Amino acid sequence: MKEVKVLGPGCKRCETTAEMVRTEADRLGIDVTVEKITDYAEIAGYGVASTPGIVVDGKLVHAGGLPKPDDLARWLSA
Amino acid sequence: MSTVDLLPTRPSPRTGLWLAGTALFVVGWVLVYSQLAPFAAWAVSLLPLEPGSHAYEAAAFFLYDAPKVLLLLTLVVFAMGIVRSFFSAERTRALLAGRREGAGNVAAATLGIVTPFCSCSAVPLFIGFVSAGVPLGVTFSFLIAAPMVNEVAVGLLFALVGWKIALAYLGFGLGVAILAGWVIGRLHLEHWLQDWVRNVRAGTAELPANELTAVDRIKAGIDAVRDIVGKVWKWIIVGIAAGALIHGYVPAGLLAEIMGREAWWSVPAAVVLGVPMYSNAAGIIPVVEALIGKGAALGTVLAFMMSVIALSLPEMIILRKVLTVKLVAVFVAVVATGILAVGFLFNAAFG
Repeated sequence: MKEVKVLGPGCKRCETTAEMVRTEADRLGIDVTVEKITDYAEIAGYGVASTPGIVVDGKLVHAGGLPKPDDLARWLSA
Repeated sequence: MSTVDLLPTRPSPRTGLWLAGTALFVVGWVLVYSQLAPFAAWAVSLLPLEPGSHAYEAAAFFLYDAPKVLLLLTLVVFAMGIVRSFFSAERTRALLAGRREGAGNVAAATLGIVTPFCSCSAVPLFIGFVSAGVPLGVTFSFLIAAPMVNEVAVGLLFALVGWKIALAYLGFGLGVAILAGWVIGRLHLEHWLQDWVRNVRAGTAELPANELTAVDRIKAGIDAVRDIVGKVWKWIIVGIAAGALIHGYVPAGLLAEIMGREAWWSVPAAVVLGVPMYSNAAGIIPVVEALIGKGAALGTVLAFMMSVIALSLPEMIILRKVLTVKLVAVFVAVVATGILAVGFLFNAAFG
């Protein structure tokens, strides 16, 4: 079970990112929970300055812009 | 646990193909671009309009400018997409954290041009910078420069209005961002941030180093084109239409009178007019081109353009989440003063 957090104030890119995570997890058959973090203080707490950011199992793997599907697959199956 | 970088990036056998494709694209671009004037002349001759009439002039302006601006924008955005793949907001923050004011303001404004930045990131970026020890004034230098002195504005000015104006805009835009940030830093207004912002302690999580290949960077350029051109083309069409109407219908003397260098009040009027207007840099430049063509003074037009881009109501509403009203007011006052100074200086220097 992977715990994924998508950091972002709720703009369109953040929605898209969350959707991409779910799609990629489905494709790989990986069990995930996707949680959206919209609180600015919490976002800053992860150390990102650009959104959307992605945290997998408590570890920041991505910040700024949409992720690439290849990268998503790597992070999810890591 | 850091299996993240288990798969090394290998040089793709397709690298050569991508590079060749990019070169081919650039050659094709130059060919199309060089044929624009004859194409526009031919297209406008097909219209049932009398040569020399207002409508004819407006149509000719539109048919030439619309493809020209879109082509230029595509190339500029593609190139900047590649440049920006070398930067990130997190890396910029690391470069700026703990910097002294002065040099820090200069670095922040300059990095503001090349750091990828989306307006919905403004608040996280602001908090991320301030809480990581980037001085408030330095953060403002970045936040002012990022939208105002962007590649689209400078690239299009260069192509449509001339390199002198583009260079001057770049220089003065950076100047406003550096000075305004420095002034805000000198005022020591940290206590005017919203309370919760001051209490945020940012983590300084290191992102796994993401080594990009040449192909990745070309793809980043293509993504930027898809993203930015896809988003702003409507603004551009509206801007060019407005520019075309000005070009075709506004008598030349009129603007020289109300926006000329003699009318000192036109600079503040241009700044005030620009605030409620919210346009992308790409949309405003065809208007700038047409206004200058009709005898409006350069400084006045540049002040208008800077005001439209840098002082926008939507951005102030976003900033309101992290700044108190007082600090928003100071921000607006300082930036507006800087823009006014640019307008007057320009009118005095170039006329």
